Amino acid sequence: MIPNPKVFTIVFAAAILLFIWSCVRRFSLVTIGKPEDRFDNFPARIRDTFVYAFAQKRVLQKAFGLNHFILFWSFMVLLLANGEFVLKGLHHSITFMALPSVIHNPLYFLFDLVSLFALLCVVVAGIRRIVAPPYPEAITADAYFILGMIAGLMIAYFNLHGVEIAIGEVTATMPISAAVGNMFYAGITPEEAHPLIAFWWWLHALIFLLFLNYLPYSKHMHILSSIPNCYFRRFEKANTLPVEAFVKGGKFGVETIDQFTWKDLFDSYSCTECGRCQLVCPASSTGKPLNPRQIIHDLKVNLLTNGPAMKDGGKPTLPLIGDGGEGSITEDQIWSCTSCGACMEVCPVFIEQMPKILQLRRYLVEMKAHFPEELLNLFENMEQRSNPWGIAPTERTKWCSQLNVKPFDNTTEYLLYVGCAGAFDSRNKQVTVALAGILDAAGVSWGILGKEEMCCGDSLRRLGNEFVFDKMAKENVKLWKDRGVKKIITMCPHCFSTLKNDYRQYGFDGEVIHHADLINELLGKGRLKLKKSADMGKVVFHDSCYLGRHNDIYDSPRAVISKATGKAPVEMDRKLGESFCCGAGGGRMWMEEHLGTRINLERVDEALKKNPDTVCVTCPYCMTMFDDGLKDRNADKVVVKDIAEIVAEGLR
Amino acid sequence: MLVVACIKQVPDTTQVKIDPVTNTLVREGIPFIMNPFDTHALEEALRLKDKYGVRVAAISMGPPNAEMTLRKALSLGADEVVLLSDRAFGGADTLATSMVIAEAVRKLAAKEELALVICGKQTIDGDTAQVGPGIAIRMNLVPLTLVDRIVDLDLKAKKITVSRKLEGRHEIVEAKMPAMLTVVREINKPRYPSVPMRLEAQDMTVTLWDNKVMNLDVNQIGLKGSPTAVRKIFSPEREQGEIVGDGAGDPAGTAKLLVEKLVQKELLAL
Repeated sequence: MIPNPKVFTIVFAAAILLFIWSCVRRFSLVTIGKPEDRFDNFPARIRDTFVYAFAQKRVLQKAFGLNHFILFWSFMVLLLANGEFVLKGLHHSITFMALPSVIHNPLYFLFDLVSLFALLCVVVAGIRRIVAPPYPEAITADAYFILGMIAGLMIAYFNLHGVEIAIGEVTATMPISAAVGNMFYAGITPEEAHPLIAFWWWLHALIFLLFLNYLPYSKHMHILSSIPNCYFRRFEKANTLPVEAFVKGGKFGVETIDQFTWKDLFDSYSCTECGRCQLVCPASSTGKPLNPRQIIHDLKVNLLTNGPAMKDGGKPTLPLIGDGGEGSITEDQIWSCTSCGACMEVCPVFIEQMPKILQLRRYLVEMKAHFPEELLNLFENMEQRSNPWGIAPTERTKWCSQLNVKPFDNTTEYLLYVGCAGAFDSRNKQVTVALAGILDAAGVSWGILGKEEMCCGDSLRRLGNEFVFDKMAKENVKLWKDRGVKKIITMCPHCFSTLKNDYRQYGFDGEVIHHADLINELLGKGRLKLKKSADMGKVVFHDSCYLGRHNDIYDSPRAVISKATGKAPVEMDRKLGESFCCGAGGGRMWMEEHLGTRINLERVDEALKKNPDTVCVTCPYCMTMFDDGLKDRNADKVVVKDIAEIVAEGLR
Repeated sequence: MLVVACIKQVPDTTQVKIDPVTNTLVREGIPFIMNPFDTHALEEALRLKDKYGVRVAAISMGPPNAEMTLRKALSLGADEVVLLSDRAFGGADTLATSMVIAEAVRKLAAKEELALVICGKQTIDGDTAQVGPGIAIRMNLVPLTLVDRIVDLDLKAKKITVSRKLEGRHEIVEAKMPAMLTVVREINKPRYPSVPMRLEAQDMTVTLWDNKVMNLDVNQIGLKGSPTAVRKIFSPEREQGEIVGDGAGDPAGTAKLLVEKLVQKELLAL
């Protein structure tokens, strides 16, 4: 028994038209964004869509993701059931019942079972939001409305089929519907049943159509957008930023929503507000105003507010960088980012939060010359003396004044790119000396550019000063090309990532290797032989963001520590891809930390929980942040050592 | 109204070494920068532009490559820049320098009424602090040195009130305009150029005035017009220090010993 198909056809057509209109209206707004090519590599995109959207690989990385996985697949199966429901509503004859029972019977059984799964998942999700919400702001009316609608849909489904089974209209094996039928509708007559069927049928139909039309206006828009967002994901890591062409009359960075790319805008539509990004964000978790989830939400609101007018060539009314009201982002939020990349690593649907924040910095620095005042010195020092401290470049070789270090020439294999910290910072100079000893002990052919070496400009790029970075990158690449540099050793993950990833954009295609990788290789090949096992006590290892998350180097430093000390390092609670930033990335090294609590202290406390004797780092910034943090915590007995220093202990 | 900021391109002295043989500055490969005090002079002029709408001209005397520093002034917002460059100007001391600059300012002021000339307190290479006052005296401007704040500026009444940072005290001075200010670092925080302004500045004109334009008596400018001659430049030798007593073990005795030593060397009078 199906209610009046003519009435339903009209209702359905209206609902579908409304849905299409909503989708076109909302999704077409992304076309105001700038072009970006995410259409290459079709096979890999299809593969990843299966892995991440359908197999939900990233969703399942967190325990509660299982609930989503079951709900997602229930939905996929119920798409069939609802497809049949709609078609049957349009014309009585279109039904799986028309197929042989060997096909339709298992199908109905499956639909019935899966509907129960969906209902249970929704109930679990509802309870979770009360008992242990993923984040406090997650308890929203929107979330409950959606969960309620899904539950309503399932309840209507069971009741509809329960009544039909009770009067023998449906004979398929549907145990849950049958149980509902037994419980509520046992022994009713077909006359009594028909209004009930009509009621549950229409309730099911209306909730379904309402759900469909509510989607584009809620956070559940992700049901429509996150699968394509996985398809359009960035394959390489988002560890660099696009170059800018500095031509007169140009606009630099992002001031208004249309200056983002269409993919940036699509990202904002794909967010489910799961909050995983904010839980791993070092800024969010130390009380700073930045919350990556909120940033993405603000982009979406800004697009929805300004998009329609801007699409017709109008001007935005809601400023993107503003007072922090819904749809606008404050400068404090923009400057709080450490560019650690934890948000992107954890996002189940590959939203790229960090580069968007850095694009906003570009606007502030390049167009407005407006930034926290402590950065003025940094910018001037970088431009004038090519190092953050403004120390005379002639002092770049001071670290090796007592050593016999050869200048790099065309017979040298490796250029040791010492970097500013390695050359000027008194603590990190010791690391450079240690590394020099290791390279010599292993018989590596290496040299330095000495006073000619220039800063890589990492901090400038992450701080939005692309103009000066661009100049420095070009100068560096030219210098290396002129001098025949093919292989570079870096001691700093920031130099490493900048040279390896950012400088590709400037035509540098030499090999770049971080010393953790190189030492591991030298030990592995037997070129570096340790005289003894280094006694560093209990060694806790801290993953640097720019070595680990941004460049996937996790194993080498651990292997090196194991080989040098004879023991595997002790891991912190947050490790590998989930490692917690020291607080110095993204140019934050050069800024005051006025808001919230100190990021380095949070990480130091985490390390101290393991009662270490030594904290091993692979980055000069991490070194400084840990050194400072340990002093603040009066943990004088714990020493911070670079991995090179630990290995050098074994050479004595 | 016109405000002229005088800026000098100087070698980045943190990187300057003195040749032990010739006793001259080793300038090879040393980058040039805008004299740090002058960045504050320019900034103050630009702030007056932002606030009162005055026109800002930046002026510099130096070799042709000083154009770079003037371009930076353009990128920061100067409306016009003039480079005073001629072999005849070279080797000038403060007397000859202030002569050329004063004439140039006079030339600028012929087109537009002059409100202020602003200089840095001194340059980090010469350290004389004489050129600013020299310009003032030659042009009959009120010299207001060591200014750390413009308290009030009345362009209509042509009056300026400034705070002068003197040793251990401040002096609030009211003066008639046009006046000449030399400024200290505390007066402001210099701005940073935006990228559009930098790109704009790349194509703007740096006006070059050589002595054909200036038409000054060659006996009053450059080396010939300079009564001062540098005889020798050297880094002062620092005498070997000595550790007096045992400060940690016997602080009172060590202090006594130290006082005795200082009195002995006539560095301290009892």
